[in-house]
Amino acid sequence: MKRVLIIGATSAIVEATARLFASNGDSIFLVGRSESKLASVGADLKVRGAGKVGTAILEAMDFGRQAEIVERAASFLGGIDVALIGYGILPDQEAANSDAALVRRAMDVNAVSTVCLMTHLAEFFEGARAGTLAVISSVAGDRGRASNYVYGSAKAAVSHYAQGLRCRLASSGVRVVTIKPGFVDTPMTAQFSKGMLWATPESVAKRIHSSILAGGDIVYAPWFWKWIMTVIRIIPERLFKRLPL
Amino acid sequence: MSRYESWGRFPQAQQRAQRLCWRSDDILSLKQEDACGLPFGNGRSYGDVCLNDGGILLDCRGMDRFIEFDKKEGIVRCEGGVLLRDILQLVVPHGWFLPVVPGTQWVTLGGAIANDIHGKNHHRAGTFGCHVPCFELLRSDGSRRVCSPSSNSDWYGATIGGLGLTGVITWAEIRLKSIPGTEIEGETVRFGSLSEFFDLSRESDRSFEYTVAWVDALATGPRLGRGLFFRGNHSGNGHGASPEEAEKITLDGLPAVPLVNRATVRIFNALYARKQRRATKRVRTGYGPFFFPLDAVGGWNRLYGTGGMLQYQFVVPPKEASDVVSGILDRAARSSAAPFLTVLKAFGDKPSPGLLSFPRPGITMAIDFPNRGQPTMELLNSFDKLVREAGGRIYPAKDARMSADVFQACFPEWSELSSFADPRISSSFWRRVTDRPR
Repeated sequence: MKRVLIIGATSAIVEATARLFASNGDSIFLVGRSESKLASVGADLKVRGAGKVGTAILEAMDFGRQAEIVERAASFLGGIDVALIGYGILPDQEAANSDAALVRRAMDVNAVSTVCLMTHLAEFFEGARAGTLAVISSVAGDRGRASNYVYGSAKAAVSHYAQGLRCRLASSGVRVVTIKPGFVDTPMTAQFSKGMLWATPESVAKRIHSSILAGGDIVYAPWFWKWIMTVIRIIPERLFKRLPL
Repeated sequence: MSRYESWGRFPQAQQRAQRLCWRSDDILSLKQEDACGLPFGNGRSYGDVCLNDGGILLDCRGMDRFIEFDKKEGIVRCEGGVLLRDILQLVVPHGWFLPVVPGTQWVTLGGAIANDIHGKNHHRAGTFGCHVPCFELLRSDGSRRVCSPSSNSDWYGATIGGLGLTGVITWAEIRLKSIPGTEIEGETVRFGSLSEFFDLSRESDRSFEYTVAWVDALATGPRLGRGLFFRGNHSGNGHGASPEEAEKITLDGLPAVPLVNRATVRIFNALYARKQRRATKRVRTGYGPFFFPLDAVGGWNRLYGTGGMLQYQFVVPPKEASDVVSGILDRAARSSAAPFLTVLKAFGDKPSPGLLSFPRPGITMAIDFPNRGQPTMELLNSFDKLVREAGGRIYPAKDARMSADVFQACFPEWSELSSFADPRISSSFWRRVTDRPR
């Protein structure tokens, strides 16, 4: 039975992943913004087989309480084996083109808040000399594109930060897993029309869960995004800047 | 996923979707916009009760959380978007089962209540709504009512079988039934005529909890009404976790060519009717293959091509049943249509709390037809006449074409239901069947 800290527990992908932990009988500490929604998720996980389930409220911008939340989770669970971070916002790129405040908010929530939280968790895991820190980044962070570069650059920061952390913690027995989902059909992407490349939160959750349990450093979900992004990354910039991506 | 269709894929409708993911949230789109909404579950009803052309679909599948499972008393409480499949996977390993299951486990709890579905045990258990002690109803104005037989009982009755029109079922409680094991012990009995079916049905309903028959709708003359009778009981065999009932094949990628026609149906029926040589065959199977044989084929509705499919399901009182069923089978067989899966079952007399609930004591029959436009419609209209003359009724959850006159004659309670309907909720079906000056 694992002790799992989940931050951003009311997002569709993260909740679907939490259900997989619950069905293994793991104990779970849920962090999110809405008390009533956390209670709904928590009760559901309990019915699905979770051991202990605790909750705490945290706003993304409440930097002062991040360390305290990690401590509370650790004392509730009696330690932490896995931490999964998966909150974020998807700003409208076109609006962001001329709205610096929106850019700042997207960066704050998606990048700054996330990497600060990772700092606290890294310290915790390093002290324990064990644990897995998983963070949901995005394929959008692999290359800047006109259609989504505000979100993408924040996710790039998360991916890079996770990469550095992984190298730093490798010798301490701490794993850092960067998860890069492609298009996922969630409330965050409700307004997009969906094509063949879109995946369900449940299928992405399965991949996240299995890569947290079984190993893996940088994990694309679904798997085929690894090859799509390999191609996207090798296109020369001179050509890339003219592509309608 | 962005396209919303009913299971029969006819009619097609254009509608925007709003996802309802949290039972604590209000229905924002109906508060902010001047359009009508309709709760949508998993799109397994056949016609247009789940469609809202030109309006908003309130997609409830995100409300899929369990709230409480009392393993001792066998009561489960969960959100309206939870699939029956998920409930079975949760409760079966603990020795419990859903009190009523339809022919597919891919329906939501909210949809099961709103259509007041029935199953192979109707003669014992009644409808799904008979086993729902309470639920919460959320209205477009944000008001909430916990409905049960003792509190808000009028809303309770209007919502069970209320086709989603009274509001959104955010959560509901189900009284489960205890089972000795996960397997079903049953028999398949061959019958050669309708009168044999009626005898078998009477006899079987006494000793079997689950009964249903398949009929060869293309057989005529002396073979009219031949088929196979399935009957079974829960058995003490099989324990522990239910196996994952994954789809074995999926037809989602099927070309848009209709594969169901008279020739293919004739071949299928002939093979199926001869499936068993012996008059009676004993079977022991997991609950999945017994209750949900079609779930093994994902997207089987695509066999009917882009025109879609029409299922005709009616119930007629016991006395007239033989005449109406044989009359309809005869017409179907002699028409140019290709009646495919045809199912017969005797309903019991346990009343449902639902105001507009479909089942009545008597015989129900369901026939699938490929939609070939006008000729199919005319054939089904001619069935309406037989059913109405016998005092029978047609199942809204399967319907895509009955006239307002026929509906209002079948369900005189409809005007009472409309006084409970949410002013901001409507469906393609409801507009079609209430479109008549009174």
